[in-house]
Amino acid sequence: MAAPMLRWCCPGRRFAFARVGCGSCHRRGPPTGSTSNGKRGQSTVAQQPHITAQKPRKGEREWAAVVGLEIHAQIASNSKLFSGSQVHFAAPPNSLVSFFDASLPGTLPVLNRRCVEAAVMTGLALDCHINRKSLFDRKHYFYADLPAGYQITQQRLPIAVNGSLAYSVSVGRKPSQMVTRTVRVKQIQLEQDSGKSLHDDLRSQTLIDLNRAGIGLLEVVLEPDMSCGEEAATAVRELQLILQALGTSQANMAEGQLRVDANISVHRPGEPLGVRTEVKNLNSARFLARAIDYEIQRQINELENGGEILNETRSFDYKLGCTVPMRDKEGKQDYRFMPEPNLPPLLLYDSGSLPPGADPQQVIDIDRLRERLPELPRVTRERLVRQYGMLPEHSCALLNEVGLLEFFQSVIKETRAEPKKVTSWVLNTFLGFLKQQNLAVSESPVTPSALAELLDLLDRKAISSSAAKQVFEELWRNEGKTPAQIVAEKKLELLQDLEALEQLCRSTLEAHPHVVMDLKRGNPRAINKLIGLVRKATLGRADPTAIKEVLERQLSS
Amino acid sequence: MVKDGCAHVKPAAATDLSVFLLVTWSLWWQTGHEDHVGPDPPRSESNCLLRVQEVSVALKQGQVTPTELCQRCLSLIKKTKFLNAYITVSEEVALKQAEEAEKRYKKGHSLGDLDGIPIAVKDNFSTSGIETTCASNMLKGYVPPYNATVVQKLLDQGALLMGKTNLDEFAMGSGSTDGIFGPVKNPWSYSKQYREKRKQNSHSENEDSNWLITGGSSGGSAAAVSAFTCFAALGSDTGGSTRNPAAHCGVVGLKPSYGLVSRHGLIPLVNSMDVPGILTRCVDDAATVLGILAGHDPKDSTTIQDPVKPFTLPSLTDVSKLCIGIPKEYLTPELSSEVHSLWSKAANLFESEGAKVIEVSLPHTSYSIVCYHVLCTSEVASNMARFDGLEYGHRCDSSVSTEAMYAATRREGFNDVVRGRILSGNFFLLKENYENYFVKAQKVRRLIANDFVNVFNSGVDVLLTPTTLSEAVPYTEFIKEDNRTRSAQDDIFTQAVNMAGLPAVSVPMALSTQGLPIGLQFIGRAFCDQQLLTVAKWFEKQVQFPVIQLQELMDDCSSVFENEKLASVSLK
Repeated sequence: MAAPMLRWCCPGRRFAFARVGCGSCHRRGPPTGSTSNGKRGQSTVAQQPHITAQKPRKGEREWAAVVGLEIHAQIASNSKLFSGSQVHFAAPPNSLVSFFDASLPGTLPVLNRRCVEAAVMTGLALDCHINRKSLFDRKHYFYADLPAGYQITQQRLPIAVNGSLAYSVSVGRKPSQMVTRTVRVKQIQLEQDSGKSLHDDLRSQTLIDLNRAGIGLLEVVLEPDMSCGEEAATAVRELQLILQALGTSQANMAEGQLRVDANISVHRPGEPLGVRTEVKNLNSARFLARAIDYEIQRQINELENGGEILNETRSFDYKLGCTVPMRDKEGKQDYRFMPEPNLPPLLLYDSGSLPPGADPQQVIDIDRLRERLPELPRVTRERLVRQYGMLPEHSCALLNEVGLLEFFQSVIKETRAEPKKVTSWVLNTFLGFLKQQNLAVSESPVTPSALAELLDLLDRKAISSSAAKQVFEELWRNEGKTPAQIVAEKKLELLQDLEALEQLCRSTLEAHPHVVMDLKRGNPRAINKLIGLVRKATLGRADPTAIKEVLERQLSS
Repeated sequence: MVKDGCAHVKPAAATDLSVFLLVTWSLWWQTGHEDHVGPDPPRSESNCLLRVQEVSVALKQGQVTPTELCQRCLSLIKKTKFLNAYITVSEEVALKQAEEAEKRYKKGHSLGDLDGIPIAVKDNFSTSGIETTCASNMLKGYVPPYNATVVQKLLDQGALLMGKTNLDEFAMGSGSTDGIFGPVKNPWSYSKQYREKRKQNSHSENEDSNWLITGGSSGGSAAAVSAFTCFAALGSDTGGSTRNPAAHCGVVGLKPSYGLVSRHGLIPLVNSMDVPGILTRCVDDAATVLGILAGHDPKDSTTIQDPVKPFTLPSLTDVSKLCIGIPKEYLTPELSSEVHSLWSKAANLFESEGAKVIEVSLPHTSYSIVCYHVLCTSEVASNMARFDGLEYGHRCDSSVSTEAMYAATRREGFNDVVRGRILSGNFFLLKENYENYFVKAQKVRRLIANDFVNVFNSGVDVLLTPTTLSEAVPYTEFIKEDNRTRSAQDDIFTQAVNMAGLPAVSVPMALSTQGLPIGLQFIGRAFCDQQLLTVAKWFEKQVQFPVIQLQELMDDCSSVFENEKLASVSLK
């Protein structure tokens, strides 16, 4: 797979492009070192986008790109937004369908309290204003997986408005040069998911699965404050982390729990915004970034070549790596919005406005939800930096993998090793092994306690770092042995017998007189070679500092 | 008492209960009843089992069994088949229910006032396992897997479900003439009262071709109650669909407050106005049924939270503390002089008994019907979107494309009236029209609702208005105008109440010079349904509306029955 194609971007949301002569827009450069990792939906985002500012070369014309996002997050609730059907991923087709979901005539929507709470919590986490009164509307269109012929949504008065989402991108070459950017959250609305259509072209029929029909969605609308694929992908990633921390959505893009539509336009700075296109159905962060970048480039090329941009809906063909116009219904539709008459206005309260004697089961108290908010990712990262003195990019990395932070914290709790050591082991060794085998943290063969024990051994210098690596590899094989057992079996413990070490040093010096000569001639590096030779002789079980001490003593005597 | 030039038929001599048990149904029809046989004393000798409460007592005392009641109603349904009141007769279900009710009565613990009592349900309420068609090709053959809440509540009380009654397609109409199963005939067409008047007034026209419409859209339910095939029936009321046929068929038609009775399972016309309606032969019965149906339903978020308990209506003896409002805007040029004069008489009646009767103004009334049209068609367009042939109901044969399938399915499934309303509704909801039509209509709706609020805040307890412009007209006359014109005319006194969500009840007052029933409407404060019914009950008692006499129906229509029999035999 080609990595994000272009590294244009992006301080000040400006682009500099060569007036490309070639019509082809999908320039596939070599991977650019972006850390897209693996197939898991929750980890496909580049962890720290490297955004490099490129100065426009002389004679090139500048373009600015504007990107806004509409994000649909499936609410993690036991039952659907307006019916009692269960919510499960990958259940047998049409096994989770109530009469309401199938739109049987006479059925009525009944609002799921859990979904409302999820929307309020998400709104609070995104610094939104929570509307004390919000309304439901019907949005009409005919589609086979929309049984009622309309979707219940919140068009006029959504549950939350005017928030913001901060995310960090790294600029420059060093990953630690991170800049916080903010995208405004226009609104969060509650709405129903549709069912799924499966087109069987062979038999020219369409199969409908209504399991998904009616599941609660949070539609989060991000204002067009972003300017490239990486920014958009990072903002989405941050939102994903927030939703997961809140537990309001599992936000797994691969399972369709998080879906993104992007609105994209380009214009010359100082001029009005250009005509925008909408790119739909972006179901991984990597594709999101690629699709946006492709679309920006396409629009620029189009305009540079004297063409015009149509206000159209396009979809991203991930095989070809380009966006293509969508042919059907999604063009110009009049959705004929209308108030949903079967749902009274949704009223929310705070501790000041709570009606006296109100049944807590019947009302939602925003302040109580606020108290129950968990620590948000941004705060967690700041805490990690403060508490363990780790680098900001390490705190990002710890949060970017599901379960990694918990793993890290468990190790920290059980070991006497330095936090920096733990961070390094978790992010380099442990994560490296996971990535290599494409495993999730929860699937790791090494438990936090085992790693903690290993780090303890290292910490009290019972083993060397290289021996520790060996032990870790053994642990990964998962044969039920503790680190101590492995160390004992493999005789990996550091040589504590000074006499034996002296002996080994002496024989090494004797066996390599030319290195000794070299050293005596004044090459200070020769000592390292000797240390290496002794270590090799000890099978890596001796501490280099101790070896150095002995060698120096013997050489000077 | 109403003493006027109209044919006010005095109740015939009451029959004894034991007589009832022996008489044939045709004889039973002939018997009138005394009005004060309600729950109030004295009620010694005069029982003829026309009312729920009477028959309930008889059931408890073992004077009649649920199975007997059921079979008699079933045989009446068969005899009155030509009325076309029922779309589906659920004979087996009813008999089984009767059997179970009988067991309960034998053990001495009935489920309540409706246990073992035959009822009918309009065919736009979902009934589990029983076809529910809305009188539309779209839902022909559709068997819902669940019961509407109101149906379930009636069944939980032990009521016997006799069948599903006829209506205008998807309840869109005011005549019960526009459904795929054909028009409903008004039982009063065959009443002794009407026939006698016709003989006097007209030269020998072909009687059968002059049958009258029931009004609508709950005409099947009204006819079913009027023709004694059941004791109570559910209708639905969106713009007057329960009250209008009740007035034309000489029965009580109650539209409860919006939110008092669950709509879950009622196939919607206009969600924000639909209310399950109750059709009975007297106000007390309507109160009994309302007491069972009312209350919060977790499946309908628009129902009130407060619990509602079954209630019995007090008998008013003194109306001097009542204030009756007469809305002056309801005196329209189209109002027939006869209805007008009865309306005045009713007002005078209240006044003469000591009530305060004042003229009031509902200034936005004239905008009401247009406003209703916009809101109604918009919601219809939306509600009908689900009928696409995919999950249930009719599906066309075409399989060129999904869109072509939708178009053909809906073309074949809906009649012109439904399609016309869908078309206008979608027009009003278009982005460019929404503000000018829908939003404006909503604002007018608010003004109309406020009109009522202002009147009630000024001290008026109930409003007294006509229910319909005139008595029922012959079918041939009715179909001279199209459905839309008819609906606009016929809903004139009733639909504003739906827009305001108020309770209203049509009570039959007297017979016209033609011998046909005329009803008047009482409108109450929101959720003051009991107060409204109490006033209606007092009025009912004063006017002593006559019982329909259907003796001649049996004679005149015997040939019809014979033909029906032959037809059914030849079909087998």
